[in-house]
Amino acid sequence: MRAGLIAVATALSVALVAPAGAETINVTIDKVAYAPMNISARVGDTIEWNNVDLVAHTSTARDKSFDIMIFPNKKQSLTLKKAGEFNYYCKFHPNMTGHISVKP
Amino acid sequence: MKLKTLAAAFAAALLIGGAANAQSANSGTKPNDAQIAHIAYTAGLADIANAEQAMKKSKNKEVRAFAQNMLTDHKAVNDKALALVKKLKVTPQDNDTSKAIAKGQADERAKLAKLSGKAFDKAYVDNEVAYHKTVNGALETALIPSASNAELKSLLETGLKIFQGHQQHAEHVASELK
Repeated sequence: MRAGLIAVATALSVALVAPAGAETINVTIDKVAYAPMNISARVGDTIEWNNVDLVAHTSTARDKSFDIMIFPNKKQSLTLKKAGEFNYYCKFHPNMTGHISVKP
Repeated sequence: MKLKTLAAAFAAALLIGGAANAQSANSGTKPNDAQIAHIAYTAGLADIANAEQAMKKSKNKEVRAFAQNMLTDHKAVNDKALALVKKLKVTPQDNDTSKAIAKGQADERAKLAKLSGKAFDKAYVDNEVAYHKTVNGALETALIPSASNAELKSLLETGLKIFQGHQQHAEHVASELK
C-alpha cells in the first residue's frame, strides 16, 4: 500500500517536471514535401524547418497565424505560442501540406 | 482548345522525334536522355520568358508574385539540369518536341503582348495553367518513363512535383482573378 503511494507520487512528479523542457522539432523539406508531415507538439516547443530542396518553400498556416519563407539550404524556426490544430502548406507549391497539433 | 492544340502538337512531336530516333538508332520510340534533357530545359526556358513578360506587363500583386516564383524556380531546376548534363557528359540534343514547345510559347507571348491590364493577367495565368498541365502530362507519361539515367530520372521526378505545385498555384491565382 505504502509502496503503491510512493510509486504514484513519483509518477506525478515526473509528469509535472517533463513539460518544462521545451523541445525543438525538426522538419526536413525535400523533394517538395515536409517530413514528417504530421507533428505533435506543446506550447513553447519550436519547429525548425530545414530546406534541403532545390527551390524556396514556405510554411504558411491556413488560418494565416504564421507565414514563413525558407530558402534552399536554409533553416527557419517558429516557437509555438498557442494550442490548436494547424494545417499549413507552401504558397508556391500548394501540393505540399503539413499539420501541427499543439497541446497546451 | 488552346490546351488541346498544344497537347496534340506535343504528342505529335514526341512521336515524330521517336520515329526519327528509331530510324537512326533503332532504339524504339522513346526519346533518349540527351533529347529528354533538352525538352525539359527548353520547357523551363519558355516559362522563364513567359514570366519575364509578366514582370514587365503586370501590376497585379499575386500575378507578379507567381511570375517571380516561376523565374527563380525554373532557373534553379535548369541550373541543376545543366550541372547534371555536364557531369554526365551528355550534350542536350535539339529535337522536334523542344522546337514545338519553344515555338508554341513564343506564339503565346506574341498574343499576350497585345493585351494589357486585367486581360493580360487573365491570359497569362490561364496559359500558365494550361502549359504546366501539358508539360506535367508529358513528364509523367513520356519523359520520366523514358529516362534511362537514374540521376536524370530523379531530377525530372522532383521537377514534376515542383511544376505540379506551380500548376496548383496558377489555378489558385486564376480563381482569384475571376
